[in-house]
Amino acid sequence: MSAQQVLFDAPGPKSRRNILIGNIIGAIIIVGLIGYLIVALTAQGQFAPERWSPFLEWDTWRFFLLEGLFYTLRAAAISVVTSIIFGLIFGLGRLSHVAAIRWFSGIVVEFFRAVPVLLMMIFFWLLLGNFGIFRPQDSPFVAVILGLTLYNGSVIAELVRSGVHNLPKGQREAGLAIGMTRTQSLRAIEIPQALVAMLPALVSQFVVILKDSALGYIITYSELLAYARRLGSGEGNIFQSLIVAAVIFIIINFLLTSLATKLSRLLSFRTGGKTRKDKNEKVLVADPTNTGTGVGAA
Amino acid sequence: MEDYLSLLVEYDVLGAFWVNIQLTLWAGLWSFLLGTLLALMRISPIASLQWLGAAYVNVFRNTPLTIILAFGFLGLFGQLGFTLDEDLNVSLFRIAILGLAIYHAAFVCEAIRSGVNTVPLGQAEAARAIGLSFMPAARLVILPQAFRGAIAPLGNVLIALIKNSTVAAAGSVAIETSTVMKEMIEFRSDVIYPIFFTFAIGFVILVIPIGLLTTWASKKLAVAR
Repeated sequence: MSAQQVLFDAPGPKSRRNILIGNIIGAIIIVGLIGYLIVALTAQGQFAPERWSPFLEWDTWRFFLLEGLFYTLRAAAISVVTSIIFGLIFGLGRLSHVAAIRWFSGIVVEFFRAVPVLLMMIFFWLLLGNFGIFRPQDSPFVAVILGLTLYNGSVIAELVRSGVHNLPKGQREAGLAIGMTRTQSLRAIEIPQALVAMLPALVSQFVVILKDSALGYIITYSELLAYARRLGSGEGNIFQSLIVAAVIFIIINFLLTSLATKLSRLLSFRTGGKTRKDKNEKVLVADPTNTGTGVGAA
Repeated sequence: MEDYLSLLVEYDVLGAFWVNIQLTLWAGLWSFLLGTLLALMRISPIASLQWLGAAYVNVFRNTPLTIILAFGFLGLFGQLGFTLDEDLNVSLFRIAILGLAIYHAAFVCEAIRSGVNTVPLGQAEAARAIGLSFMPAARLVILPQAFRGAIAPLGNVLIALIKNSTVAAAGSVAIETSTVMKEMIEFRSDVIYPIFFTFAIGFVILVIPIGLLTTWASKKLAVAR
């Protein structure tokens, strides 16, 4: 809402009246849209009680929604850990003073950020199926984790790099002044601070991981969306099942997003780096399967 | 190697990419229009519209794209019988565009809002001082600069959109890259690596220039302050 004061004066009597009229028109449009939806869906019989009543039963939740949510969260949680490990390794690789390591890490990171996660998942799913290392029913799960790790790990690597770059220069100088080597100062001073500074961005990235785990649906991983579909075909209420699944995702992700905002406020006093963008600085958008720092952006 | 080349003749790889590009262009256009409208609502003085814009962004930013596209196919098309053309494939293609546009509009809105934040306060004050009210001030002073400030994040949204167009597989768009790649690998799993790298490199070729171009353009067109 920071734009608010930017664009307007405190409204006078005339503009207060205009705003009131606008508000009434806006409210009418919103109510009209919702009303139209309700009427159209009622005509389709989508509000019939028997389509919604399954969600009042514990068994529906136990055998379908919570079970699906468990598999979704399991894939997401493991991917979060592996992505952070991948991100730290390649983020440090990009900061290395050995040119070969820097180049190699750079190519890996840019490559996995450019390739759609779904393509990676399909590739690993079919590849693992061929190899037979994992039981056939496990290969979608492993493929989901590999796909999510390579993509989100690369984004996190960029976060690590930009986190270190955003620290005030004096931090490294202080390390060097007390006789540390560059590597020591990186490990003991810069990385820990960069990690604190990037924590909010990291939490936002978890939202991306959780959302993208739903791609597992396409490669037959049984996650929340797959369970919702199964429930919907069984009860003849696919429309309602998908809505309920979406609401579950929205609630969890909304909580994570709020946590990220709160963290950035809390941590802004804790580090020399930036956890919060200045008002007039370009705000990086919390990404649509994340584009985080942007390809090619310095 | 010969096997692999004959596979390229058998499957229309370029055609598959063309489907993704078309999905991207149409969804990009619609999400840009819808996203601009949402951004205007969010910066307007009218509380009910602000609320609607914020609710839209929060809902769709936090929903997995896979659910939205699966919903378009299973819910809208499958259960409600919603179609956008008499031809089944065209209809599914358009429903996928609709889903992609609805999802990415939330991100376009946030990108433009971040662009609005790059416009200094004094500009809006100056616009008011010469007597402009909200719409003229937004149209003549704020938005032109905001779009220039928003090029980099908008470029990111476009890149995400290109990659996300593969998710149209969840909306049963059958001839786009992820589906074609899956079919090719299932048909010839002995050349799985070349097949994957063909598609992967295809996306690298599409994505990297857009990233470089928007970074260049955002620097070139940045309003000097």
